Amino acid sequence: MSVKSSDAQEAWEPKILAFCCNWCSYAGADLAGLNRTQQPPNVRIIRVPCSGRVDPQFIMRAFQDGVDGVLVAGCHPGDCHYSTGNFFARRRFLLFQRIFDYIGIDPGRLQNRWISGAEGDKFAATVSKVTEDIRALGPNRKLRDEHE
Amino acid sequence: MKRVGVFVCHCGSNIAAVVDCERVAKEAAKFPGVAFSIDNKYMCSDPGQDLIKKAVEEHHLDRIVVASCTPRMHEPVFRRATENAGINPYLFAMTNIREHVSWIHTDREKATEKAIDLVRMAVAKVLHTVPLEKSSIPITKRALVIGGGIAGMQAALDIADNGNPVVLVEREPTIGGKMPMLDKTFPSLDCSACICTPKMASTDQHPNITIYTHSEVERVDGYIGNFQVTIRQKAKYVDHKICTGCGLCETKCPNKKIPNSFEAGMGNRTAIYKAFPQAVPNKPIIDAANCRKLTKDKCGVCAKVCPTGAIKYDDQDELITIDVGAIVMATGYDLFPWKEAYGEYGYGKYPDVITGLQFERLVNASGPTSGHILRPSDGKEPKTIVFIKCVGSRDDVKGKAYCSRTCCMYTAKHAHQAVDKIEDSHVIVFYMDVRTAGKGYEEFYQRTVEDGVHYVRGRVSKIYQLGDKLIVRGEDTLLGEAVQVNADLVVLATAMVPSAGSGEIAHIVGFSTDKDGFYQEAHPKLRPLETFTAGVFLAGACQGPKDIPDTAAQGSGAAAKASAVLSNRSMETDPLISQVNDAVCAGCGVCVGICPYRAIELKEITQRAGGKTIARRVASINSGLCQGCGACVAACRSGALDLKGFTNQQIMAEVDALCL
Repeated sequence: MSVKSSDAQEAWEPKILAFCCNWCSYAGADLAGLNRTQQPPNVRIIRVPCSGRVDPQFIMRAFQDGVDGVLVAGCHPGDCHYSTGNFFARRRFLLFQRIFDYIGIDPGRLQNRWISGAEGDKFAATVSKVTEDIRALGPNRKLRDEHE
Repeated sequence: MKRVGVFVCHCGSNIAAVVDCERVAKEAAKFPGVAFSIDNKYMCSDPGQDLIKKAVEEHHLDRIVVASCTPRMHEPVFRRATENAGINPYLFAMTNIREHVSWIHTDREKATEKAIDLVRMAVAKVLHTVPLEKSSIPITKRALVIGGGIAGMQAALDIADNGNPVVLVEREPTIGGKMPMLDKTFPSLDCSACICTPKMASTDQHPNITIYTHSEVERVDGYIGNFQVTIRQKAKYVDHKICTGCGLCETKCPNKKIPNSFEAGMGNRTAIYKAFPQAVPNKPIIDAANCRKLTKDKCGVCAKVCPTGAIKYDDQDELITIDVGAIVMATGYDLFPWKEAYGEYGYGKYPDVITGLQFERLVNASGPTSGHILRPSDGKEPKTIVFIKCVGSRDDVKGKAYCSRTCCMYTAKHAHQAVDKIEDSHVIVFYMDVRTAGKGYEEFYQRTVEDGVHYVRGRVSKIYQLGDKLIVRGEDTLLGEAVQVNADLVVLATAMVPSAGSGEIAHIVGFSTDKDGFYQEAHPKLRPLETFTAGVFLAGACQGPKDIPDTAAQGSGAAAKASAVLSNRSMETDPLISQVNDAVCAGCGVCVGICPYRAIELKEITQRAGGKTIARRVASINSGLCQGCGACVAACRSGALDLKGFTNQQIMAEVDALCL
């Protein structure tokens, strides 16, 4: 593998995928927009009905595709629109953290947050924080499939 | 060959100011499957929607992608536009380049790149969509109203007038809520009870309304059109079918010193009681915790004196199950517990520091003092009365950040009443701001000032007792001076908070509350009466602090919403629900336990394999119950389940498209 020049290093921008549940976190992201709360442009959102819909294989595929970080955001525990979906998301997240730890990937690449539809500011702050966290971790090299 | 049309909206300058929409459309034309792409000023307008129709005809499109605002706003609009263009409305994907791009970024280059990424993801998703058909479910033509205050009564009456049966559930032994406790209503100074009690009576007498008082909703299952509700009718110990409401038991009950919550603690009641003389139903119940017969098996006087033998000491709670099609929440408010927070006002140890609601009982002709303003400590008429506004409201540190909206007006009313009723009175109001938004409100406030009420802008920092006076120390911020008043009575305008137990009932019915515990409306501006749970509507102060006209208006509004649901025999359901691939399902049943709606059960199917007929079990989805959360899909071990509209393939395609 060729060593990238320092210019290329600087040009690297983290690419982050966020799974947002339709009822809370996606609404929170909408509210952040409505309030014109500025955020780093590194996060791309996929809307899912519920954080419990997020299959572990989506997350693995994203990392294999070369995404640098994944955020799974849902309603606050106890406030799930579907009453229990986010509990499953939480359980899967905790398992994922342990697997990542075990295989030598920084568990910080996968983050899980609870953001309600009323928390636009929290959504924006989360996007900023996650972007900074992933930037600090650098590009995802270990999990990505080597296409080139 | 799939032919996707991509439509990029400028939203005037909302999107176009930051995102280069033309470039997005040009880039989109290069994506696999895209046969046509264009940008347009307003996609949601009629010309914008016509553009979709024309493009479908000219370019033979079979799938549509719209990049514009949030799908939470206009997805139904564009689905309809897709359908009008002759394409199945589910062969459509929407991506959000306004809330999620142009409104939160300023860098044009990066924002445009992000928008292109999002469009690419939407195109990838739409390529994997399949046509879906709506199904329909029957609707139970009955409504449930939870809470029998003015909001609940108004809602129940309006739904009932629309010709649908209503079940009204009230926690207290009488309907009416807080309004009958009030003396006068601002700004017209109407007698509150005189306009409220007729409403209570007509609610009671309406042939379409069934009232359950002293009852609570214990369980709610189902979904819009088909809720199953379990109501706990708490034991009343009085058979209301036999009781004539003569009131003899109340006069003979020996336990007469129980604080009456209807009097806001200013008066007492007996253990067998009606909250007030005009209570509906106008029949007593026994307060089990304070009854000597029920606690110590002594006394039994009420049973002895009752002329009809209506007393039933062995009465039990009863569970009632009903089916309803729509639910209106009208659980109202309580007052902020100021005694826990305001040490400088004495934590409630001074009897002459009272709340506005207690003052209402003092000036009320049917109250404990027959309408004479007498202070609780010694029963003397107070001459100097201090009113303090925003106790717990607009105070992030001690109470709530929000304004309780009604206090400015009821304090003006109280001050007016004090001046009116007490000769040589001296009335001082400490305020932060005076907010009188409402018809006739500002005029009323000005009239109060002209009456001679002294308004002081500033907060009160301390109240303490000296002899029979309350020393009130505060600040006049307009003069920049410290102020001290030797008062006889202090009245606090305490904040409105959601009523006790409102969070639990929200959880039971299944919708969310906001940061202050008020019920969360679906949209703060455009859907103020709805929750995110279809078929559940909001009325009155449970949604946020409100005065009576707003509450009544919301009650009628929620009733209109509920009536709209009930006006149909059946309703269309979203086809975005789970489906099972029988060939792959192993019948393990993991999904059955995971489904929060009990929408999955195992059914037996027979199939031919190896020349033999074998029977095996597979999961089966009840399309009426499934809400499309997808929890079962992510949990399915064999990959037999999938969520229509959010299939594994579609989401994978989105993920892949992000990283191309």
